[in-house]
Amino acid sequence: MTFRFESVDQVRQGLREVDYLADDGIASVAFLAERLGKPVLVEGPAGTGKTQLAKSVAELTGARLIRLQCYEGLDESKALYEWNYKKQLLRIQADKNSDSWNEVHDDIFSEEFLLTRPLLEAIRSDDPVVLLIDEVDRVEVETEALLLEILSEYQVSIPELGTITAKQIPLVFLTSNNTRELSEALKRRCLFLHVDYPDMDREKQIVLTKVKGISEHLADQVARIVRSIRQLDLKKAPSVSETLDWARTLVLLGIDNVDIEQAKETLHILLKYQSDIAKAAKELSNEK
Amino acid sequence: MPMLDLLSGFVNELRNAGLPVSLTENLDAMEAIRFIPLEDRDAFKFALGSTLIKNGSHWNAFETIFEVYFSYRGPEYLIDNDAELDDLMQSLREQMDQGKGDGGGGGGDSQNQLLMALMQGDQMMMRQVAKQSVERYAGMEPGRPVGGTYYLYRTLRNLGLEEMPEKLMDELRKQSDDELSPMEERLHKDEFDDRIDKFKKEVEAEIRRRLVADRGAEAMAKTLRKPLPEDVEFMHANRDEMQHLKKALQPLTQKLAARLARKRRRGRRGPLDFRNTVRHSLTYGGVPLEPKFRAPRASKPELIVVADISGSVAAFARFTLMLVYAIQNQFSKVRSFVFIDGVDEVTDYFKGVDDVSEAIVRVNNEADVVWVDGHSDYGHAFETFWERYGKGISSKSTVLLLGDARNNYHASQSWVVKEIKKKAKRVYWLNPEPRSYWNTGDSIVGEYAAHADGLYECRNLRQLEQFVEKLA
Repeated sequence: MTFRFESVDQVRQGLREVDYLADDGIASVAFLAERLGKPVLVEGPAGTGKTQLAKSVAELTGARLIRLQCYEGLDESKALYEWNYKKQLLRIQADKNSDSWNEVHDDIFSEEFLLTRPLLEAIRSDDPVVLLIDEVDRVEVETEALLLEILSEYQVSIPELGTITAKQIPLVFLTSNNTRELSEALKRRCLFLHVDYPDMDREKQIVLTKVKGISEHLADQVARIVRSIRQLDLKKAPSVSETLDWARTLVLLGIDNVDIEQAKETLHILLKYQSDIAKAAKELSNEK
Repeated sequence: MPMLDLLSGFVNELRNAGLPVSLTENLDAMEAIRFIPLEDRDAFKFALGSTLIKNGSHWNAFETIFEVYFSYRGPEYLIDNDAELDDLMQSLREQMDQGKGDGGGGGGDSQNQLLMALMQGDQMMMRQVAKQSVERYAGMEPGRPVGGTYYLYRTLRNLGLEEMPEKLMDELRKQSDDELSPMEERLHKDEFDDRIDKFKKEVEAEIRRRLVADRGAEAMAKTLRKPLPEDVEFMHANRDEMQHLKKALQPLTQKLAARLARKRRRGRRGPLDFRNTVRHSLTYGGVPLEPKFRAPRASKPELIVVADISGSVAAFARFTLMLVYAIQNQFSKVRSFVFIDGVDEVTDYFKGVDDVSEAIVRVNNEADVVWVDGHSDYGHAFETFWERYGKGISSKSTVLLLGDARNNYHASQSWVVKEIKKKAKRVYWLNPEPRSYWNTGDSIVGEYAAHADGLYECRNLRQLEQFVEKLA
């Protein structure tokens, strides 16, 4: 079996080439995920690049990204597979006159009548895929069980057809915002990666790579202000994507050196609660 | 030591520290490290971390244990092998001489070196200064059974780290030509705080390294063991632990709220709806084939929290209030009262505020809870509570009394609890003290709890969460 990555460093380099700045943890775990053929459970606050990681890995490996967005009420027929009832009905009606019942009865449960959903599709694909199961903490505990077979064995059992085994082992990323405790069974099958807000230097680098036309000085200032704001006791700390939005706004406004007035006027891009904005403005003006 | 033994000792220690590690996870870890070159310490750490630790809040505990077991074994960590260090110190000294001739003054060499290193924010230099200061000031002697915090304290005090932020700011003002705007000052201050934090970590790591070298990993791991955030005791948490607690509280309340909402939604069916069943039986020729049920009526209790906020138990009251208000939509109404020797209602502070912690700050500053001397007097507080607010208690109310019941030998007035019990649906007492301390000294929790429906020990978040979940 051949591997796509030689070393942890290669992963880091590769991700950098597709504009994703990975820290040690991210690079190591992505590397191990492929070596061990295990899914990765990525957990952390919203807007820290969890989903983007899966997308970037897909881009890096040239694999197709298959995405399953989770929500409460997600079920088998939306996640795994479904029988195409209408087509089955048509098939039966088309054969009304012949009396080959046995034939029809076997026939309507063949692949032709199977609608594949993301999970099955990821397994049946011939070309390499990256499977992203987004916000897995939103499904009910019972639905999690649907994932277990595919995550540990990379196979799906369909009663009428038998077991479908993966032709190639897909790289699987599950993301979670940690709104509820995931089941032990699920966690056990995954490599765990906690993605937190980046430290100041990394955030600055992220701003520099992602925002076109930003000066080094401004990026530095942005990263420092965001770090100071994150240290406050806020309802919702600014995420990386909000940092980027803010940096873009500043660039569009033609600002190259943020002063307190400009910062106050644009804080609403970084923070989404009035009480947070007031608090941050007060702290930044260094009022006692 | 062979890798396998080391690893199993490590996993053992993780389990001893309360981190759940299953057998399969252990095997995964062994599999994972096959692919990682041992020199790459960071990758090695994450290989173990991602396979063994499946909960973000356990990461801190994991890191400490990892450092003890794996950081200090390489040959480069042999003590007294510091040619490199000397070079660096030399260059540092030279820089300082160029920097300013008048430097001198108290504190001496190390302080100035530290100032320099922090000013430049050079990680390597900070590490070297940390090494040197520990060697100089910690006064570590082999075999001495003293914990790491003692050495840390000695080192930091000798370096004068307390005044460091001010000194750094002064230095910065001297160096920059223009007046710094308030925002810039703030940003610089945060930057320095961050560097000082890093430096402290370096010192800690250095002390740990020496302790491990002296006593061995197994013994050290035991003394360095840090409790998980949910196991930290409210009454004895230090500042760092408080921070962790606060961080752990938010996801915890979110999860609790989601769990309770889910439970409510899919709760069991309500009582039989006779009318509807008969109507439906008409479709089956009068046979009630399909019984119909009423939708369950969620009974939401009305909650009255009465909390002692005197020094020793303030943190406990704070966390309980935060938790209760975070899930307040699970109750039809929440009223809260705080007391020390006087009592005051604080329900209004929480109204329309979207930041509970802000409300808590107001409670601490503004609530009128001191009657005579500001020492806990449960008796008087309860009596006043009964006189002023007793009418508000109805058969729908659940009353929570929070405190350690250390009454400073005042009269207990436990009849109040008895009266409350008569009117209210339920009365619970939550005590943040360990069970073994109850009813010792001036604690009279037993006297009060005799009239309550339940007395619970709530020393940490885990216990508090369990209680609140049962309550809602």
